[in-house]
Amino acid sequence: MSNDKLRVPTMGQCMAEGKQPEILFWVGSAGSFDDRAKKITRAFVKILNKANVDFAVLGTEESCTGDVAKRAGNEFLFQMQALMNIEVLNGYGIKKIVTCDPHSYNCLKNEYPGLGGNYEVVHHTQFIQDLINSEKLNVSGSLYKGKRITFHDPCYLGRANNEYNAPREVLKNTDADIVEMKRHKQTALCCGAGGAQMFKEPEKGDKDINVLRTEDALSTKPNIIATGCPYCITMMTDGVKNKEKEDTVKVMDIAEIIATAEEL
Amino acid sequence: MEYLSNILFAIVLVAGIGFFTKNVLRLSRNIKLGRDVDVSDNKSQRWKNMAKIALGQTKMVVRPVAGFLHIIVYVGFIIINLEVLEIIIDGLFGTHRIFALLGSVYNLLIGSFEILAVLVIVAVVIFWIRRNVIRIKRFINPEMKGWPKNDGNIILYIELVLMTLFLTMNAADYQLQLLDAPHYTKAGAFPASQFIASLFSDMSISSLIILERTAWWLHIIGILCFLNYLYYSKHLHILLAFPNTYYGSVEPKGKLNNLEAITKEVKLMMDPSADPFAAPTEDASVPEKFGASDVKDLSWVQLLNAYTCTECGRCTSSCPANLTGKKLSPRKIMMDTRDRLEEVGKNIDANKGVFVDDGKQLLGDYITNEELWACTTCNACVEECPVSISPLSIIQDMRRYLVMEQSAAPVELNNMMSNIENNGAPWPYNQMDRLNWVEE
Ligand code: SF4
Ligand code: SF4
Repeated sequence: MSNDKLRVPTMGQCMAEGKQPEILFWVGSAGSFDDRAKKITRAFVKILNKANVDFAVLGTEESCTGDVAKRAGNEFLFQMQALMNIEVLNGYGIKKIVTCDPHSYNCLKNEYPGLGGNYEVVHHTQFIQDLINSEKLNVSGSLYKGKRITFHDPCYLGRANNEYNAPREVLKNTDADIVEMKRHKQTALCCGAGGAQMFKEPEKGDKDINVLRTEDALSTKPNIIATGCPYCITMMTDGVKNKEKEDTVKVMDIAEIIATAEEL
Repeated sequence: MEYLSNILFAIVLVAGIGFFTKNVLRLSRNIKLGRDVDVSDNKSQRWKNMAKIALGQTKMVVRPVAGFLHIIVYVGFIIINLEVLEIIIDGLFGTHRIFALLGSVYNLLIGSFEILAVLVIVAVVIFWIRRNVIRIKRFINPEMKGWPKNDGNIILYIELVLMTLFLTMNAADYQLQLLDAPHYTKAGAFPASQFIASLFSDMSISSLIILERTAWWLHIIGILCFLNYLYYSKHLHILLAFPNTYYGSVEPKGKLNNLEAITKEVKLMMDPSADPFAAPTEDASVPEKFGASDVKDLSWVQLLNAYTCTECGRCTSSCPANLTGKKLSPRKIMMDTRDRLEEVGKNIDANKGVFVDDGKQLLGDYITNEELWACTTCNACVEECPVSISPLSIIQDMRRYLVMEQSAAPVELNNMMSNIENNGAPWPYNQMDRLNWVEE
């Protein structure tokens, strides 16, 4: 990847310059702080820059959506976060939001409207698909020719919001062979991170969920396990390590696959 | 004397329907113990869901073998109801095969009933083998021991007996028609029972009549018994699947409701002009309980869900927690809710209409914290359920109770939540560092 400086304007700067960006990029807590997820954030920004998308981020004005607190059962904390964020978002007159995190996507799209936050919210895989369809982004590299990619559906993109096609459509633009796991789309198995599990030890059982899901993925003999969620990335990466396959199987976000295909 | 059998029939019918009505009233009283929810929205979508999922069985065919067999039994059941109508009219008025006046249509009807009856018998036998010989995993989970296991088999036996009686009745009738017995109108086609009829060829008219009447009576008594068995059985779904798919969620599965009572409080907390020492307003006198620890804290739709559950285990067989050996089983969540609701209902019946505290509740006595915390909120159970049940919504409401009323979250989650409170992220990083990734 080249090391050209990323162009990442903040809403504050845009406001000062009297500009209203077309879309807000909601980075999310994982995308801001988690070392692995930050790479996805950077890859997605490279795509945004390449396609000359007029976007901005909230930067230090962004705060946790509250999603994970809500799933854990803390509706108080969720609503405090939500109302705070909505105040900021409405203050900037935000109309459209894109995010790489399906949990933020679900929360902003489905749960903020009831609290006064009405935005058009898209997941980054949907956004990339739109960029490709409207020819603002051209994916031409043959880097993935002959490679086998299997897509793991994040629960909060797939079952929760019925988006199964966008990530697959985007992948079709690479020359890779897309192979499906036996459990995919509606029947996809969770990676094990949802519902606040990411932040705690699992209950007693006979196996870890991410290992079971990684077995699903490995049985397709993939070169790459693709997904569209920072938490899935962590879980699947750990799963691949558990199976000692990290030298032959990579776990990548759709944004990273497209950014590398384009050698961004 | 002449009208004895008609009177007897009327008594049996009234008793059967009377008991059933009593059960329906009990059922609806229990369901209404739940909290009120507004489900008056999206009417046309709701009707569509009911037509597709309950009537059209769209979710059943996802698993083709079970789906195909289930449709046979389901169509068989509906068709049987037409037959029952004829039996009731005949029974009350002393007629015989009253619908015979439909002529060739009648032959077609009876002919197809017979073929269906045979198919139902085949399906029921395969179902029995799947449960008892192949022992498909979802039928032998721990929560399926005892009554639920017997219930599953009893239903199969009842259906087998009813279908056999139906075919025997027709066979004897057909034989009587061949012998020109008086009162036995020549009507109907008997593609299946004609083979049974050949076994009866040596029998006299009078013994054939006894056989035919016996099968006829047992058939209708059996159906009335079955109707009253429903309330105690997972088979209640044949009725409740319809309202349940109508009232099922019409929102994206990922959407979890926002608690309104909390919105009010949070807005008050965040409002700088609010006076924290102001006298409480009247409606704030009874603080609302957040989340659910017992059945009465759940919504009536969730309670309807519990009665509708068919205990099929599709949810559990796709649950990531259950597949990896955790205690959580979404089917058990539904069965526990129903069992507790029944217990509360019986308590009310025994205490002249008021619930007397029995020191028990759904949380702890039925569902453990360990089960609740194992859920990844992945929605696989909701996706799988053939009758639009959401076990996840009950899990979420009980987690809300654990966290907001009892502060009983696992330690790691408490840490995560205090991070959010303090830094606006689930990790202990400073909000001011949120943009550092740009420079890295
Ligand atoms: S939502 Fe929870 S209970 Fe339902 S399948 Fe997923 S982990 Fe299991
Ligand atoms: S909740 Fe639905 S899927 Fe689960 S056992 Fe009951 S009917 Fe079957």
